[in-house]
Amino acid sequence: MRRIVIVGYGMAGARLAEEIRRRDTENVAVTVLGAERHPAYNRILLSSVVGGGMTPEMVRLHDDDWAAKHDIDLRLGTAVTGVDRAARRVAVDDGSTVDYDALVLATGSRPWLPPTEGLVVDGVPAPGAVAFRTLDDCEQIVAASRPGAPVAVVGGGLLGLEAARGLASRGNLVTVVHPVGHLMERQLDRGAGAVLAARLATLGIEVRLNVKAARFVPGDGLKLDDGTHVPADLVVVSAGVLPETTLAQDAGLAVERGIVVDDLLRTNDPRVHAIGDCAQHPGTISGLVQPAWEQAAVLADLLTGARPAARYRGTPVVTRLKAKDVDLAALGDVHADVDSPDAEVLCLSDPAGGRYAKLVLRDDRVSGAILLGAPDAAAAITQLYDRGIPAPSDRLALLLGRALPPGASAAHSPADLPAATTVCRCNTVSKSQLVKAWRGGARGVAGLAQSTRATTGCGGCRDTVTAIADWLATADEGTA
Amino acid sequence: MTTVAATIGTTDTHCPYCALQCGMRLTGTVVAPRDFPTNRGGLCQKGWTAATLLDSPSRLTTPLVRVDGELRPASWDRALDLVANRIIDLQAGHGRDAVAVFGGGGLTNEKAYLLGKFARVALGTSQIDYNGRFCMSSAAAAGTRAFGMDRGLPFPVEDLRNANAVLLVGGNPAETMPPFVQHLRGAELIVVDPRRSATAELATLHLQPAPGTDLALALGILHAVVADGHLRHDYLATRTTGFDDVWRIAAAWWPERAERVTGVAAADQRAAAAMLAAAGDAYVLTARGTEQHARGADMVSAWINLALALGLPGTPGSGFGCLTGQGNGQGGREHGQKADQLPGYRKLDDPAARAHVAAVWGVDPDDLPGPGRSAYELLDSAPKGLLVFGSNVVVSAPHASRIAARLSDVDLLVVADVVMSETAAIADVVLPVTQWAEEDGTMTNLEGRVLLRRKAVTAPAGVRTDLEVLRGLAFRLGQPEERFPVEAEQVFDELRLASAGGIADYAGVSYDRLRAGEALHWPVPSTDHPGTPRAFLDGFAFPDGRARFATVDHSGPAEPPDDEFPLQATTGRVLQHYQSGAQTRLVPELMAAVPELYVEVHPDTAARAGVVDGDLADVTSRRGTVRARVRCVPTIRVDLVFLPFHFPGDARANLLTNPALDPTSRMPEFKVCAVRLEATS
Repeated sequence: MRRIVIVGYGMAGARLAEEIRRRDTENVAVTVLGAERHPAYNRILLSSVVGGGMTPEMVRLHDDDWAAKHDIDLRLGTAVTGVDRAARRVAVDDGSTVDYDALVLATGSRPWLPPTEGLVVDGVPAPGAVAFRTLDDCEQIVAASRPGAPVAVVGGGLLGLEAARGLASRGNLVTVVHPVGHLMERQLDRGAGAVLAARLATLGIEVRLNVKAARFVPGDGLKLDDGTHVPADLVVVSAGVLPETTLAQDAGLAVERGIVVDDLLRTNDPRVHAIGDCAQHPGTISGLVQPAWEQAAVLADLLTGARPAARYRGTPVVTRLKAKDVDLAALGDVHADVDSPDAEVLCLSDPAGGRYAKLVLRDDRVSGAILLGAPDAAAAITQLYDRGIPAPSDRLALLLGRALPPGASAAHSPADLPAATTVCRCNTVSKSQLVKAWRGGARGVAGLAQSTRATTGCGGCRDTVTAIADWLATADEGTA
Repeated sequence: MTTVAATIGTTDTHCPYCALQCGMRLTGTVVAPRDFPTNRGGLCQKGWTAATLLDSPSRLTTPLVRVDGELRPASWDRALDLVANRIIDLQAGHGRDAVAVFGGGGLTNEKAYLLGKFARVALGTSQIDYNGRFCMSSAAAAGTRAFGMDRGLPFPVEDLRNANAVLLVGGNPAETMPPFVQHLRGAELIVVDPRRSATAELATLHLQPAPGTDLALALGILHAVVADGHLRHDYLATRTTGFDDVWRIAAAWWPERAERVTGVAAADQRAAAAMLAAAGDAYVLTARGTEQHARGADMVSAWINLALALGLPGTPGSGFGCLTGQGNGQGGREHGQKADQLPGYRKLDDPAARAHVAAVWGVDPDDLPGPGRSAYELLDSAPKGLLVFGSNVVVSAPHASRIAARLSDVDLLVVADVVMSETAAIADVVLPVTQWAEEDGTMTNLEGRVLLRRKAVTAPAGVRTDLEVLRGLAFRLGQPEERFPVEAEQVFDELRLASAGGIADYAGVSYDRLRAGEALHWPVPSTDHPGTPRAFLDGFAFPDGRARFATVDHSGPAEPPDDEFPLQATTGRVLQHYQSGAQTRLVPELMAAVPELYVEVHPDTAARAGVVDGDLADVTSRRGTVRARVRCVPTIRVDLVFLPFHFPGDARANLLTNPALDPTSRMPEFKVCAVRLEATS
């Protein structure tokens, strides 16, 4: 039996084990080695735990009996200390070893901690500071942040803002400290960043831009490098992540920013694979769950032989902020200017309304977009982007999120209604048929109904038919 | 040849078309609406013109037998002798299962019941199924799985009038059963439909998912229910089992992820969850749009899961239901014309059920065949002999060209119908039968209410009832005549016995009670039982009384679009036509309103194909091409086209559809396939 060993029981490793068992329940042995003592949990939902909407139990990926039910050898609290590629064997911190035919590294990433004085002690956040990465972190944040207490968030990227929003929902006074000139600079242009900061301000989140945290004083807060002070009972650090590549590096595998993999998700050793945040694939930006899950599906196809032609070609990145009352999507190339010569760019900024919409098209297809406070447009444009289908020619409707209904400037009076308009759908009765019936002597709604059957189905057209009857009666008086 | 329906007098009856079974009054061939709870005096254009077919010149009035490639008039004796003799020969040479039966959801309870009995007793074949497989099977499978019992609406339709919110998934009643819309007026209406349908236009909130992604949408809304604090913990704890396993799946479908798959804004998913939760009295209803998929049963289960999470099913003033389509789509699936069922919604593989029904029929339980093939598989198996009652499969089956080709391999194709349907036209023997107003019979409407439809006019000379046809054939096949009664009431009384103690228990329903105007919703276990207008209030139909969550996850359409077929097609109905159109296409007023196949496309998609509104265009899938009139509709997705399925020949939308079957319900994937659109060359 082919032995597959997965190092890491996070969102990528857990998903891979599921995908393998979905395809093959008999011919492969699956071992999952997880360093944390926790069962796997859904990292995406951690901001809901911070916000109080979900309990830690609710964000678990698997129940306790999952491994047994699916014949998976799951070992929690088991850190891998080394890989012997020649012997195809991994060494574990309890001194034991596990042999493999295929090894999958799904070791994820770890938080990057900025060089703020006093913030890091022995490589981990000092007391009073916490990273925003694990379920333990969340429980620590929840325990340390009393409602009404000031909290500082270091980092104005996607995760930092989700944490900030979660804390604000708990009733904390939140300040986000971001070293760059606008929020989420990888995903947003300057204009969108400004509207987003204004939107967050209305939710009680203060944003400090272009400043770094110089010094952390536990229990007091942050000294910034512009000399100002941010009071904080708790500092949450969300300043970026680094792929966890130590094991791969020690094993002599090719590592750049992450563990380098090809379209078969192989490292330079064909028996060793990597997926998720620790992997570096040319078409992919790491740190998001969607690529990790798509990689897990492809790798399961390959490792079980279910679909030997499966290849991972990258995942179009759509960034979606999950924060209550802030609807933000960003995708593709967002930095093109409105006067860009090689792209068609539309941009609408409504700072007072907390809305910003930008659309970048190339060859009639969506190549980038930022949609803040425009949920319908975000949904529609994401579909066009993911499916690579040509964008509708009514660009403005697309940007606004909905086409103006045909006949939006509709007739206010029955006189303005076109003759061919179907008034009663249930009985296919047009305005002209009603007029004809009137001329034939039918009077009032009852008379028109008897003559044409209008209003006799669902009755939804009764008001319109009444208006037409009144209009016809008035017109008759006028000519009498 | 024109026949004139002879007037018996004025008779209160019901419309012959959909499952709403609108009350109407018939005087000769003059229709008048009648106040009845489902339609409250309303009728759509189909209903108003329903009597046209009673004296239509297109009516079949003599049996036809194919001689030298041509259908020629024959006497009843000759036609029935020929059919019976050929059946005997085919079964002698190829076994009992060589002859199959295909029924319909428009047949009365009596016909559906007797057809099942005919197949299993007179023919001894396991090969029987019906067009309801293409209609209600996914809803039925999911309802049974969740509640232990499948009754389309387990509450009277008028209960909807008091709801504060209704979520309607994949249904377009403003066109398919217009008078029904009256019941939705009091509620905030949420409509799920990839098209901006006539019903979607009435909605407070229209969710427009990409076709085939309904399951992801249901999971996204369920996630929002949980995350936003709307989960009914008390109801889950006392009335359901299995939520935790469903949450493990739904947890992975946060609304933003569901948005990416479905195209429905996360904010709208949350809004839908909040509207349903805030409503107090709320209903979730499904229809064919979400059911006719290769994972249709799972899709319905996902909507049921949502309804359970909100505490709706089996709660006074709230509920879950599905809108039955065909006139007797409900009764038709209860009494034994389904491949795996016996009367009373009994399972054919249950020894106790077999023993009960065999005793009523006076046969040995061991002689009853086992479960047979599902509708598409049955047709695709090209049986040696095939008897079709009340169905036009050449138009209505998926991958229609393949099914038509398979039927041409059938040695003996017999069709009993009112008019020369496209399937009758290729038959070896055509048997002209009576229709709704010309015979007695019961129908079970969309709310599980049994209705008596009384004979209102005298049938034209030369036609016989389906019951008479079955007796004539059974007798010729060696059965005692009394085993196949021809009086509807007598058949019904036998059905009552056969269904007694079953899930769909009709034992207490009698013609006398129905004549007296009693409103009887099944189960009605005894004649002093008042019926069950509202099921599940005291518990669900499982031993523990609890509803069961089903662990279902999204997987997407069976045939995703690609470079060669970049668009998706979905099919559906128009107000003026019914089913394959075999009847409504013969009504001049309806044909004048919608005379031909059309394809709804986004104006940009039309422009890319080089066609404009009103042009003819070719729509092509891997299975075939149809030619359709282009209708530009700015509210449809740019990657979607819509075609109604009521037209014959080269205009059959089902030339395109994908026969990928649901593993549980065996429902084909009617609602989504990959196509391309081209200007007609």
